[in-house]
Amino acid sequence: MKSFFELIYCKECGHSLENPYPEFITCCTKGTLCHHDKNVDKEIEEYNKKLTYQKHNKPVIFIGMGTCGLASGAGKVKVEIENVLKEQKIKADIVSVGCIGYCAKEPIVDIKLPDGDRVSYCEVTPKDVKELIDTTINKKGIYKKKVLGTFGEGNEEVTSIHDNPFFKYQKKIVLQNCGIINPESIDEYIAHGGFKGLDKALRLMKPAEVVDEILRSGLRGRGGGGFLTGKKWEFALQQESEQKYVICNADEGDPGAFMDRSVLESDPYKLVEGMAIAAYAIGASAGYIYCRAEYPLAIERINNTINKCKEYGLLGKNILGSGFNLELKVKKGAGAFVCGEETALIASIEGERGMPRPRPPYPAVSGLWGKPTIINNVETLANIASIIVKGADWFASVGTEKSKGTKVFALSGKIANSGLIEVPMGVTLNDVIFKIGGGIPNGKKFKAVQIGGPSGGCLPESVIETSVDYESLREVGAMMGSGGFVVMDEDTCMVDVARYFMTFIQNESCGKCVPCREGTKRMLEIIERIPKKYQKDGNKLEQFQRFKGIIHLRRLAEVIQNTSLCGLGQSAPNPVLSGLKYFRHEYEEHLYERKCSAGVCKDLLVYKIDPKACTGCTVCAKKCPVEAIVGEKKHPHHIIVDKCIKCGLCYENCKFNAISFK
Amino acid sequence: MLISEKQALTERVGMLVQKYGNSRSALIPILQDIQYNFKYVSDFEQQEVARLLDIHPVEVYSVVSFYSFLSPNIRGKYIVRLCQTISCELSGKEKVAKAIERELGIKFGETTKDKKFTLEYTNCMGMCDQSPAMMINEKVYANLTPEKAVQILKEVK
Repeated sequence: MKSFFELIYCKECGHSLENPYPEFITCCTKGTLCHHDKNVDKEIEEYNKKLTYQKHNKPVIFIGMGTCGLASGAGKVKVEIENVLKEQKIKADIVSVGCIGYCAKEPIVDIKLPDGDRVSYCEVTPKDVKELIDTTINKKGIYKKKVLGTFGEGNEEVTSIHDNPFFKYQKKIVLQNCGIINPESIDEYIAHGGFKGLDKALRLMKPAEVVDEILRSGLRGRGGGGFLTGKKWEFALQQESEQKYVICNADEGDPGAFMDRSVLESDPYKLVEGMAIAAYAIGASAGYIYCRAEYPLAIERINNTINKCKEYGLLGKNILGSGFNLELKVKKGAGAFVCGEETALIASIEGERGMPRPRPPYPAVSGLWGKPTIINNVETLANIASIIVKGADWFASVGTEKSKGTKVFALSGKIANSGLIEVPMGVTLNDVIFKIGGGIPNGKKFKAVQIGGPSGGCLPESVIETSVDYESLREVGAMMGSGGFVVMDEDTCMVDVARYFMTFIQNESCGKCVPCREGTKRMLEIIERIPKKYQKDGNKLEQFQRFKGIIHLRRLAEVIQNTSLCGLGQSAPNPVLSGLKYFRHEYEEHLYERKCSAGVCKDLLVYKIDPKACTGCTVCAKKCPVEAIVGEKKHPHHIIVDKCIKCGLCYENCKFNAISFK
Repeated sequence: MLISEKQALTERVGMLVQKYGNSRSALIPILQDIQYNFKYVSDFEQQEVARLLDIHPVEVYSVVSFYSFLSPNIRGKYIVRLCQTISCELSGKEKVAKAIERELGIKFGETTKDKKFTLEYTNCMGMCDQSPAMMINEKVYANLTPEKAVQILKEVK
């Protein structure tokens, strides 16, 4: 079939890339306006139905091929499906889609028959494929073993996917198309309502009106700070300059966050549309997408997207005949966490070391090469198109008083349904963890949830009814951050978590300002000393240093907070401060009782053999690298505590569960 | 280094400068290209890049040493990057790390003698929901167990 471009850019009407057609997007969805060739209109209608999978002759098989799908074996499943189709001579279309968010259940395969609803199957392995194809396509039934739900109305045989608790409580604006459409096809995006926002902005709105609309919607930056996006744009719009820039910050380095990757992989056109609207609003003619090097698939997709948009005249010179020009470029990061900070990101694009500089002047006044620049995160920009299409009031009706819209969270850690979710602002942490996330697996108890990556904090059960919005989270000592949501169960040691985050920050500190470079290092040393074992001869200096460190810990944290140059440094002590606030007892237990009840801090553990359960098989004694286990064959063994180096080999190798540690 | 080798390198760097331009902002793409093809950016190449971009070699070195994906030292054909992020740590990264170290016979931060593998830690690569995860060159592997990791390395070898 012909593409939208071929259908609408016909020679008769004289449209070409040099002479763009302003009504292009309207024509794509509603039929041609300029000449009334009924055949073309019909073709467009048919094509739209095909692209939205309302009407097709062959069965369509959708496979989730984001990085998460590929990593769990979607590639092999696809090959197997192709083989089975070939073998059985079945004609069907295979479409690679992005990630629907339910990453715990990948690979996900959806099948839609010409006259049926789209039915989703999860955790499909190559072994399932034959039976799956047989039951669904040949016998037109449901493959019950792996069914997840149907996109249509639920019935006795299969429940609706919208009733699945994982999807039921979500509200999707940013992730609307993720996992539904083919991220490589521009036509499919247009048929699903894409580029309507850009179309509306260019034809019907002045730049100031666009800025006003975003300001009224109450959209706030989704990258961490939560600054009003509209305000940022307003500053940039007010600047008088020949050249302005728009930058998309896709350098998502926060541990535990992967929503930007998913948007880049599963719905890249939405981001490009958002950027184009942003550029139009502030009067920028060039833009950069700064994507981290760890996301190769995302970089490939976004490059492909930019090229397609250029072919369609949706990027480049004189976009849709409006006289507005925009060039977009992708800049690949090189593995530096600090480049997520906006001034460091600018330095990196300019080819310097990615180090922040003091603000003001803010980038909106003097940014890339000294020109006014706005920097928005991927999720923020992915919201823009929907706001322009549906209006600021619609967006402002979702969420709480001060935090509007939805937020995407990346659930990971000790949670049953890990993956990406999008919820309206204002739901409680409890809802996210237990209703959507399905609670803690293996019957363990919930201990804490880490929100906002290294800048955020760990929240315990006592504040689990906190609503998810910028102010409430800050009040309890965490922050929205980019939306990492790491759940921890009772087997996690909070001192160890604090140590982990301090190691991370200390490694990633760019080294420009002293409080962050030296302070985080000292803080890490203090934390590291907590679970260290006393020397046998009772080294007094070591003990003294440990207590001295603890006394100064809070003050040091405050100094770092108050005096660091950039946001990363200022928020660096948060993991420790929130730990001290909510898990003080755990720090005290480590210090006074010299015990780690989660069983994580190795130096504090004591391994023991239960004489009743030990059969004297001698496996542990043979495995022990320091010969700390003694005992005769067929008699219970014993661990010499002073010799034990706590490597855990005996525990791992015991077949009778006779070894325990505390 | 032989003079002919030097000339070939100069020519290559010259071509890259033509491709990416000779402005300062082209520096990182040029270095990334060199890194991708040669697995490291040698002293000589750094000097050449500096000469062609008309900046001081120290500036080039400061950039190469700042970013973890650029390296002034020779690296292996396959760069194995294990994620050290909190989710991966919670789900048993430690054991996988030990298994990989044992399999390759090197510690983190080192390169095997045959210049085939370099082992490194990396920060979050966004596979937290399927942790632990690692990346070999540009391919991501997730849901690792010590056995699975060793198996993957054997396949790569």
